[in-house]
Formats: sequence, C-alpha cells, structure tokens
Amino acid sequence: MPLFPFSAIVGQDELKLALQIAVVDPGVGGVLVFGDRGTGKSTAVRALAGLLPKMRVVTGCPYQCDPASDPARCPWCSEAANRSVSEVAVPVVDLPLGVTEDRVVGALDLEAALTRGERSFSPGLLARANRGFLYIDEVNLLADHVVDLLLDVAASGENVVEREGISVRHPARFVLIGSGNPEEGELRPQLLDRFGLSLEVKTPTELPVRVEVVKRRSAFERDPQAFLAQYQAQEATLTTRLDDARRRLREVVVSDAVVERASMLCLSLGTDGLRGELTLVKAARAAAAFEGATEVSDKHLKLVAPLALRHRLRRNVLDEVGSSVRVEKALGEVFGA
Amino acid sequence: MIPSADEIEVRWHDALVAIELLGVDSAALGGVLVRCWPGPVRDRLVEWARAVLPEGAPMPRLPVHVTEDRLLGGLSLANTLKTGKIVVERGVLPQADGGVVLLPMSERVDPLVAAHLCAALDRHQVVLEREGLTQTLPCRLGLLALDEGLEGERTPLALAERLPLHLDLSLLPPRRLPDTAPRLERVQLARGVCGRVTIDDTFVQALCEAALQLGVEGLRASVQAVTVARLHAALEGRLLVTADDAAAAARLVLGPRATRMPEATPPEQQAPPSPTDEGHEPPPPSNSGDDERQADKADASDVQEILLAAAQASVPKDVLELAGRARAARIGPRSAGRAGAARASTRGGRPAGARSGVPQPGERLNLVETLRAAAPWQRLRRSIRRGDERRIEVRQDDLRVSRFVQKMESSVIFCVDASGSAALQRLAEAKGAVEQVLADCYVRRDHVALVAFRGQSAKLLLPPTRSLARVKKCLAELAGGGGTPLAAGIESALTLALDARAKGRTPLIVMMTDARANVARPSGKSPDDDALACARLVRAQQVKALFLDTSPRPRAKAKTLADEMGATYLPLPRLDARRVSSQVQQLTREVA
Repeated sequence: MPLFPFSAIVGQDELKLALQIAVVDPGVGGVLVFGDRGTGKSTAVRALAGLLPKMRVVTGCPYQCDPASDPARCPWCSEAANRSVSEVAVPVVDLPLGVTEDRVVGALDLEAALTRGERSFSPGLLARANRGFLYIDEVNLLADHVVDLLLDVAASGENVVEREGISVRHPARFVLIGSGNPEEGELRPQLLDRFGLSLEVKTPTELPVRVEVVKRRSAFERDPQAFLAQYQAQEATLTTRLDDARRRLREVVVSDAVVERASMLCLSLGTDGLRGELTLVKAARAAAAFEGATEVSDKHLKLVAPLALRHRLRRNVLDEVGSSVRVEKALGEVFGA
Repeated sequence: MIPSADEIEVRWHDALVAIELLGVDSAALGGVLVRCWPGPVRDRLVEWARAVLPEGAPMPRLPVHVTEDRLLGGLSLANTLKTGKIVVERGVLPQADGGVVLLPMSERVDPLVAAHLCAALDRHQVVLEREGLTQTLPCRLGLLALDEGLEGERTPLALAERLPLHLDLSLLPPRRLPDTAPRLERVQLARGVCGRVTIDDTFVQALCEAALQLGVEGLRASVQAVTVARLHAALEGRLLVTADDAAAAARLVLGPRATRMPEATPPEQQAPPSPTDEGHEPPPPSNSGDDERQADKADASDVQEILLAAAQASVPKDVLELAGRARAARIGPRSAGRAGAARASTRGGRPAGARSGVPQPGERLNLVETLRAAAPWQRLRRSIRRGDERRIEVRQDDLRVSRFVQKMESSVIFCVDASGSAALQRLAEAKGAVEQVLADCYVRRDHVALVAFRGQSAKLLLPPTRSLARVKKCLAELAGGGGTPLAAGIESALTLALDARAKGRTPLIVMMTDARANVARPSGKSPDDDALACARLVRAQQVKALFLDTSPRPRAKAKTLADEMGATYLPLPRLDARRVSSQVQQLTREVA
C-alpha cells in the first residue's frame, strides 16, 4: 500500500513541526510521540519517507555513506576500490515489533556461511537507517534491552558489533522516532530525556476537523494513486522547503541574547543538565531555517520550547498540571517581563 | 436474559450482512469481531464465512499462542541446511494473503501476536526481519476474531479497534439456527464494483456527527463506518451510497461502540456548522452537480436522525452499563497481562542472547545460534573428515545456550480502608501516600494494584498495572464512607497477592487502616475475629505485608492484627507520604 501524503494530514501541527525540525536538523536528537490510538502518529512518521529530499551516497555501500565522508570510518568504503556517487531516497526504516537483536545490529551472513563457508557480516537495520530515520511504533512495548541498544547507538552514531567471531564497527547516524500509547504502559522515565523532542497527540474533537480527516482517509483508501496525485504539488513544495532549510541551517544566526533567554527558560523550569538548553536552541534554529528567517528570534524559541522541554522537567509524575502547562507558564514569565 | 424472537432475527441478519461484507473485500473491510461461545451458532457463522470467500481463498485458523516464526515466517532450518540455500518458510499471515484469518479465543491473544495482526491489517503486508532474513510479503487479509471471553476478559483494544464490525451472538439460542445463507451472487457482483462506489459528503459528515453523539471517540471508527457504507452499497448493487447504506454502517460500526446515548433530540444547530465548514473544504472530487448538493443539504438533518436511530438499535441494551464501559475498556483487567506472564514462565524470563557452552540441566540449547556457530566451518570440517555431505558437523565448541534474564518484579498491592471510621481527611492522606509510593514504584517499574474496602465488601479498584494514568484516574474516583469490612479487604488483597505470585512476581501487601473492623464476612464470626483469621492466612502464605495504622491513637488491636499477619507494623497517626514510601521501598528491596 502506498504511503499517505504528509501534506494531506489534517491538523496535528505540533507533530508536523517536530518531524520537520528533525528533518532540517537531524542533530536535534529524535522525536517521541505519545497519544491515543488512531490519531495518525504512525501515518505522519511513515509519510516522512515520501517527503525527504534525496541524498548523495557512495554507490553500493550498505551503510549509505556520504561521498564526502572519511572512507576510513566505514568498513565497506575503506575497502572499496573507487567510490562512485549516486542519489537515493533518505531511508525511513520501520523497526517491526518482535524484531530479533541480530537483525537490528547485524550478524553473521547465514547464506554466505552456508553456501560458501565464509564468515562475513550481514548489516542489520541500524546500517540501513544510517543517515536516515529509524521509526519504532509502540516503543513502550519494545523489549528494554533493545531500546537501550538503540539509544546507545543513536547517541554515539556508531554501531559496534562483536559477535560470532565478527568484529565490525560502522557508522549509524539516524534520527530515532518513537511512538506509543500511554494506556499500554509507559516508557521508562530514564529514556524520556534521551529523546530530543517530545509531544502528545490527541484525537481532534471538532466535527469539521474530524469530517475532513475521515474524508481524506477514505479517499486515500479507495484510490491511493488518485489521492497521491492530488497532493503531489504540495508535497514537492514542502520537499523543496525542507531542502532549502537544511542548506541554510548553518547560516542562521543565533545571537547571544537568544542563548541567554533559552538558559533563563531552562533555569526557571529547573530542567536537569545542559541537554535541554542545547536541544532548545538547535530546535529553534531549525524552526527559523524552515520558516526562511535568517536569525533565531524569541518567536522561534516560544514555538519549540514545549517540544524541547516538556519531558525534561523535574519529574513529578503525579502532578495534575501537565508539563505543557508548566512550560507555558515559564514562557510567560521569561518572555512576558 | 433470553432475547426476543425479533431480536434473534435481527442479530442473525446483522451477522449475515457482516459476513457478506467480509466476503466482498475482506482486506478493505478489516474484519469482524464476534462475541460467542463455541457451539452451533459459532459453527454456522464460520461456515458462512467459508462459503462467502472467493474460490481458493485461504482461511487458516490461528492458535492464540502461535509463535512469532509461525505467524510471520522464518528460516526453514531443515530445508536451508539440506539445500545449502536460504529457504524461507512462510508464516500463517502471508499464507492467508487474499483470505481471512480465523482467530478463536481472541480475548487470550498474546499481545505481541495482536500487535502483528494490527500491523498486517494496517499495512496489508508483513515485514520480516528475523534470523538473518529481510523480506516484505504481501498480506491483504481480513480477520474473523471469535471472542469467548467471560466477564472482564476482552479482546485487546488495539485489535478490536481495527475490526469495524462487532457482533454479539453470545445470547442466541443454539437450537434455533436461521435457514438463511449468504447470497453469493450479490457478494460476487459487489466484489467487482466496490472500488467504484462513491459516498457523498453529507453522509460522511452525518456519520462523523453520529459517532461524536454516541461518544465514539477515536476517528478510526468513523473511517470504518464510511468504508462499511461503501461496501454495503456495493452489496446492494449501488454505485452511490444512500441513506440506507449509511444507516447500516451506523448500526454495524457505531452502535456497538457507543459509550453514551445521544441526547433525546438530535440537535438542530447543525445547520450553522455545515455552511462554514463548506468554506474551509478543499474542492471535493466533484462528481455530483451543485443543485444535487443543495438537495442533499436540505435533508442533512433527516439523514442525521436516520443514522442515530439506526445506531441506537444496536447500542448494547444495558444502558446503565454504558457509562462504565468506556472506562472498563481502559482499566478493566486485561487478558494481555495474563498472556505475557504465561510466556515469561515458559521461557524463564526475557531472552538475553546466547552464550557458548554445553547445556546444563535446566538450560536450553539455542539451536539457531548453535547452527549459526557451526555453519561457517562446515566446508572445512567436511574436507578434513570426508563425511556425509548432507550432515552438519556440530562440535562442542559450537554449542550455544539460551540466556534469560529473570528480573524479579514486585507487585505492590494497596489495601485501603475507605470506611466512615477512616474519615474523609484520612482518606485524602492515604491517597497522598499511595500516590507517593506509586511515583517511586513507577520509576522502578513495579506493578501496582489497589483494593478498597468499605460498606459491606472489598472492591478491586485496579488490577496490577504499570500505567500511571489509570492509577490516577482510579484514585480520584475513590469515595469514602460506610462500615469497615476489614476481613474482606485482607482477603481480596491476599487473593491478588497469590495471583501475582503465580505470575512470577513478588507481592507486597500494604494495609492502610485503623483496624476498627465492624463488618464480618458471612462466616458467623465477630468482625475482629474474622479479620484476625484472614490476617493469619496472609502469614501462612508468607506474603510480605506492611501495616500502616492510620488511627489517631494507635491501639494494641492493630498491632496484634499486624503481628498475626506477619506484617511490619508502622503506626502513622499522620500519614507521612515520604515515610510510607521509603518503608515500602525498603520492603520491596527485601522481598526481591
């Protein structure tokens, strides 16, 4: 079944913003989406695949290395005689539930072993996700040790495999996107702040929005090709915009004043560590680039602050006041004065 | 309650239509969830389903505890080794492509299996990432789930939600089977045209609105209602959905999911939203003329009324139960937990890879890893020892043993006195303490359950869970007042504790009471003696307990009770949340 187009998703602005920020600056560090069933979390994430600008890779490299990268860092490129270049779609790899660990990290190539008696490495999903996105639906149902492993690799950008007499080390830089439903069990709090951005999606309650969602979904299911054609132009525009934003990201100015404001915000919220501040500034810069601005302003900070900070607040899990409200309040205090 | 003759006929009719819809395009529909017990009624339904599928379409039966490799497929080790090439064995799901999967006892389905079924229903394909394989297999299928659950057991919500049609045939008399059968010709005709059926926006809007009025929250049901309306039109030989089709969809999809009755009079104010709505919309794929649209709009409220009336007919009769249903669906005991626990006990914890070594008693040889280890050396070994070409040579060095990590999880069971003597103020404090402990348990991923006793009996408010959201909801709803059935409270806490132990968790009972028992179980004993008897049972079963005496002036009686229980006694005239929490933590550490 083809993918539902990103631009045809009704509402869910915060989710779209978070994903777009992650596309513009993969360094933001992953997105965690929690919410009710049937709110289109998975649809939005999978739709990304249709939206991403193409990337240049070394032809044949199982890790999709950037031709400009150092060949020595990749086990394939370092042995390749010549590195020709081709363009491929940015990978959005779905981590299926029940995936075995050897498929995630890679393992002995069984076929080579059986048929040729060779001991060689068969790259796993982490290799395939390099320079792209790795999506885990129902992240809260995934075995803890697999989640740990993924977060570790996501943070280090490198996958180290030591098993069955194989010793391989290959680049694995990807944006981790997790989604889940809190009713099915919650995510370990320790994992929460390993994600750069987090948000919660809700089922829309207004009738016109609901009608529109249902209409589009039904139209898509009935005739996917026609539906895709209808949104083709919008998708193309968005792709160009994301591509531009990506290119201009480094040129966007982040003034000291903005950094200071970000620090103040984190201070007043009592977030732990520097990760919150860094993510906040990075996300604001990506948002500015996406908007076409040349400089990060307070507006951008305000826009992304809930995304970047709400899961980093000192945990009071039973607080009736949602974290989003606390972030809003702090925003009012810092920017209002 | 035995349904009336009319009702029986209506239910059978709905069932027949549901099966016919499944026959038109099982994958487009998604599936049917049927509540019924094994017997002639169910057999008839399955018979119909078989009859209505296209010639040669598969209809495998899925055992509830099917293993993942059988479900999705995997490496066929025997054939792979025989041929020296990778041979993939297709699982049940890819094999059922183009047909229907029959799932009996869907209320007991393993959560992981349910998740795979959901993924297959959503994406119409199976992605295999196992044992060195990477494959995407087409998997267009519908699911016929047979829910045999007794009270409290339900098909996992995520799965139930993806099956548009919900039938309840549990009350139909097995001796009066209908003499009808699926009308195969119209199903076949419908199969050809269902892709071309269109639906007017009026009906989409009306279905969405009906869903809102019936308290059907999720959007998936509305999308499904539209799909069902279109398939129904195809079944009736129409290319345009009419009010009849929409009404059928409302009845089959929305009614059974209702969580409330719509207000008596369908609101008149729906005229204003539709024009404004019209302004926002992107141009519809216009195939209906403008004047036609005008005409449709005029009777939009009529359509609305028809749909609501249709849906109400299939709203479960027990209206009083309705309000509770939405909540029960979320916080009711889940079969999922049970399945998960059973799995853990057969496997002995979560698998944590394999290590090399000879299996000792109680350990399991990991065959796949062993063969993996042996595989690279086969050529070499054969050349040395000129053995049989087809035989694999496995040496002791190759042996791999599965490693499991058995994490002792604890299950903290709160048994809270909500009686009048415990007073409102105390109850609030107790809630505060429970919340504090919860917050800590949550961090350590313990399971938490909540029993409250007041009036005549004890009530399980919350089966063991890790979901904080549910606990919060539950606590907020806990009211106080009435007698103190202390014995009943201890008894149900103990039942829970033993249940938790059976699932391989370590239970800890936390009693919060002033120990002023004044209601006994129907045992003829005095309330106090009855409570003492129950307390002794706790000790006999060696269940750890913490007794928090909440009375303003701690009394000897409570201490005695705690001793009989073998519990750590803690007089807490002022329930200090922090102190309670640290005490619980210390005890769970001890028991674990």
